[in-house]
Amino acid sequence: MGANGSYVIDDREKGQFLLDRSVHVSEDVLRKEMTHIFSKCWIYVGHGSELKKPGDFQTRRVAGRPVIFARDQKGEVRCFFNTCRHRGAIVCADRSGNARRFMCVYHGWIYGNDGALARVPGEDAYTEAFDKSSLGLKGPAKFENYRDFWFLNLDPDAVSLREYLGKTTEYIDLVVDQSPSGKMEILPGTQEYDVNANWKLMVENSVDDYHLPSTHSTWLNFMKNSGVKVEPPKEAGLVLPTKGYAVDLGNGHFTTDNVNFRGRPVAKWIPLYGEDAKPEMDEIRAELVQRLGPERATRVADTNRNLVIFPNLVINDGSSVTVRAFYPEGVDKMHVTAWALGPVEESETARARRLDAFLTFYGPGGFATPDDVEALEMVQKGLANWQDDRWSEMSRGMGHEGVEQLNSDEFHLRLFWRKWNEMMGDQA
Amino acid sequence: MNAQSPTAVTRAEVEDFLFMEAELLDNWRLKEWEELLAEDACYYIPPNDEPEGSHRNTLFIVADDRERIRQRVIRVLDPNCHAEYPKSRLSRIIGNVRIVSVEGDLITVTGNFVAHRYRRYERMGEYVGNFRYILKRHGASFLIKERRMVLKSHELGSLGSVSFIL
Repeated sequence: MGANGSYVIDDREKGQFLLDRSVHVSEDVLRKEMTHIFSKCWIYVGHGSELKKPGDFQTRRVAGRPVIFARDQKGEVRCFFNTCRHRGAIVCADRSGNARRFMCVYHGWIYGNDGALARVPGEDAYTEAFDKSSLGLKGPAKFENYRDFWFLNLDPDAVSLREYLGKTTEYIDLVVDQSPSGKMEILPGTQEYDVNANWKLMVENSVDDYHLPSTHSTWLNFMKNSGVKVEPPKEAGLVLPTKGYAVDLGNGHFTTDNVNFRGRPVAKWIPLYGEDAKPEMDEIRAELVQRLGPERATRVADTNRNLVIFPNLVINDGSSVTVRAFYPEGVDKMHVTAWALGPVEESETARARRLDAFLTFYGPGGFATPDDVEALEMVQKGLANWQDDRWSEMSRGMGHEGVEQLNSDEFHLRLFWRKWNEMMGDQA
Repeated sequence: MNAQSPTAVTRAEVEDFLFMEAELLDNWRLKEWEELLAEDACYYIPPNDEPEGSHRNTLFIVADDRERIRQRVIRVLDPNCHAEYPKSRLSRIIGNVRIVSVEGDLITVTGNFVAHRYRRYERMGEYVGNFRYILKRHGASFLIKERRMVLKSHELGSLGSVSFIL
């Protein structure tokens, strides 16, 4: 650790930023993250479209906690800890489904899908002190949504989600603007996989465009083989065919904002989609222009953006849209859940194109993600030397901080680490 | 079934074919493996939570047409495919093979697989599931028109990626 208990050495005069590698290997750091980060920040739970009808539910682990994400009979989206108030067992073992009630199989306590305790077998054995109305399933201190992206917060004193998200809402809006009705949905099929690396390495990787030419040369090769022009960078300092930026969104959130070269189902055609796709993609773009105006339509269709919502939600609006959340399962392991997102009114052919485009890059069988996973695992392996080689060098682009930050600089990674360091610095 | 019929097919024949395919895949002889594919071959791995889904409306792990398979082979044989460098050591067992239908020259075959994947310093990866092939008669042998590999695990979890040809 550096001076004053800091995990970073952030020397803006000299233009040097170093990160203490203990952050990826220390059990103490992980314990502290659970209280200082995951118990303070807004943490992504799920998307409202995963709960189409009253009674629909999904169970998942969010920041290590088993939760039920459900739509109650009144149609309200709810979040409960999946824990019986009696003796603590989970009350729902199904991954997803539709249910009016959740029954604990241990002693038969039954809860409604609004969380209220509905039935206790042998209730007459309790005294008057037993208050059923206070024994509903517990939930997080706060549970709010922005455009149907639902987040929980374990801190009763937390600011509202809207305030927390700040300028990220502009970038969420850009994603949602793909849909004529302003409604996006999570598509069926979940990619859930572990990576044997510290969770924060995924934050870095999700927005680090510096790694693209080396980590993903086989993907770039595939793009070229399919007829995409992958031209060498046109300006000094660029590593990619088109220019892109890293943007500070405040509160530890940030995004890349890149001129697209790799195609987008909405609505930038590349040869990979086939000639047949052209007329429909022209229609999709025409609708964007008509609804949003030419300038905004260009923003939606011709830029791709990897957005990080601090600390652990990534929305990649790139070759397709993926929503990806990841949680630590130990210092050297994370659990990743990734979904595809698309406009609700998308045609059968456009939907198929979106999913196909997704698989060209993302996911455990994609042409790029497995190499990201490999790179992160190689980092974690190398970090076993952390005591002998203590600091990671993360100063790229510091010379022009405040002027222009490229997607291939490390500016946005530093934003994450500065925020993380600030939150971890508070002595518990 | 008439043994003289052009569509006559025995389980032993199908098994021999599948065992030979398994050997090619295990040993990264992917150019030879590609010769087993029909011109319109598809290769699917559905997501763990929607094993019956269609790749046109469901997010798969792999949904390749013939051209994408060609590109996948180029990719995984490239030393810059980091997830498969050094190449993992693979060993798969094919079993419970059944011919479930024969229509014209198309033969639908199901069975189970256990594929073990070993990498240096890593725990064994055990990919377990069932498969459904559509084979096409091709002289004395077959071509693969469709291969659908369905993983049994609830999620990929510790298996991480499917960076080799399953």
